[in-house]
Amino acid sequence: MVRIAVDLNRCQGYAQCAFLAPEIFTLHGEEALLYAPEADEAQRAKLAQAAAACPVQAILVDAVDVPAEAVSDAR
Amino acid sequence: MLGDGSLERLKREGRIVVVGASLAGLRAAETLRAEGFEGSLTMIGDEPHEPYDRPPLSKQVLLGRAAADRTALPRLRSVDATWRLGVPATGLDMAAGRVRLADGDEVPYDRLLIATGVRARAWPREAEAELDGVFVLRTRDDSAALARRLEEGPKRVLVIGAGFTGSEIASACRERGLAVTVAERGAAPLVGALGGVVGAVAAEMQREHGVDLRCGVMVTALEGDASGRVRAAHLSDGSTVETDIVIVSLGAIRNTEWLAGSGLGAGPRGIACDAGCRAFDIRGIVTDDIYAAGDVARSPHPLFGYQFLSLEHWGNAASQARIAAHNMISESTDRIPHMEVPAFWSSQFGVNIKSVGVPSLGTEVLISQGALRDHRFIGVYGYQGRVIGAVAFDQARWLPFYQELIETTAAFPPPFPTVDRRSDGQRPVDADFPDPSVPTHGPTVTLGGYSPADRRMTFTPAH
Repeated sequence: MVRIAVDLNRCQGYAQCAFLAPEIFTLHGEEALLYAPEADEAQRAKLAQAAAACPVQAILVDAVDVPAEAVSDAR
Repeated sequence: MLGDGSLERLKREGRIVVVGASLAGLRAAETLRAEGFEGSLTMIGDEPHEPYDRPPLSKQVLLGRAAADRTALPRLRSVDATWRLGVPATGLDMAAGRVRLADGDEVPYDRLLIATGVRARAWPREAEAELDGVFVLRTRDDSAALARRLEEGPKRVLVIGAGFTGSEIASACRERGLAVTVAERGAAPLVGALGGVVGAVAAEMQREHGVDLRCGVMVTALEGDASGRVRAAHLSDGSTVETDIVIVSLGAIRNTEWLAGSGLGAGPRGIACDAGCRAFDIRGIVTDDIYAAGDVARSPHPLFGYQFLSLEHWGNAASQARIAAHNMISESTDRIPHMEVPAFWSSQFGVNIKSVGVPSLGTEVLISQGALRDHRFIGVYGYQGRVIGAVAFDQARWLPFYQELIETTAAFPPPFPTVDRRSDGQRPVDADFPDPSVPTHGPTVTLGGYSPADRRMTFTPAH
């Protein structure tokens, strides 16, 4: 799984992501962006394209494999 | 500390503890590692979950387009931390440099970052708050429970409080075809954050989308049935709303109680810190090893007369955390101030609402582009003859321009002619913010005076 967050302060609704990865990014109304906060590994390449194409670089995607250092009450 | 090697030692083998494992905590941890901190890093969080993103919880999740447990924040780099999750911090010993945890454990630190954020204000009457079907929305678990209940197709949903969260919830429920009543104590939705002129547009949007919006009323009591499920709400105008679900959206409370008695300058308004995120103690002396960032922090902002500014904004949490982290492992001369212009967004009823600056500080508003009746416009807020904030309804691309006006303290009303001539007028009008002495939902931006523990302190615009 790949995690996704969009800095919607930056986002200006150019919708490049919605063209490149419509399964993940859609416009909701005229310019509000709705995105899936998580995507399949298979969509990683597409997601990278969408992130790269964003004119304001608002899309944040996992840069490291997290499960390795996830969480628990480990001391 | 200058030149004696202690900073290098801290970076090599020091102990940094971050209390608060949400957006601010995670971004700070990433920055610490990115800037070469090699010592031990401990992340303490009261929720049992790894850091997750909250904005989708009131939007995608309630629309049924994402699962509440699938909103974990992307990791921008490895943080190699020890995670203590599901264990809230309960105390701070500043002299010994230790954080006390709910399980009795104590964690020593050389540098501490406090990013404990806020929590939802609960319905004040405990017995009513515990009725089945009464919710707040702040955490992942809140959102999951609420989404599950919306899935069951309730006959009616009541939202108490029409701030941003309440309005987004109402919007999502209407989009799912659910009957929704919104009860707001103020004169209009969003009135605390954006004033009555823009609030009237928000009210129009709600009604056009079929929300049964009731302003100027309070919910006086929630009533349950014999099995303990909520069945009705009684309003101050004498009316009753029959409902299966009540969502209490009455704003947030800062998580500072665990610092009571510690000597740190922490109170209901947050933790006072300097522009470099170093926390003050109760004597007003800045500490050198304790930092604060995110919703729980309040710090002087040069754009707003160095008044203490506290923000419940996503962007602020991310950027303030990075600055705090940088400053924690820097010589004093290398430290940087946090002076970003506040900004936030909300989407509701199909409209993208974005804002820069501090509209709630404004006394006047000018609709500089578009028209209120189209629900597509820019409102510029003026305060003492300068531009202090701006809000855009479906006009986000213009905001950087207005941000620059705010950053350069441009004159208000702005001297440029409006870009399109369909404007609602060239003259500013009273922004119509509620009288601060009348209780309503507050803005998510607060400006205050000096004493961090002073409970009498309220946000007082210069009307």
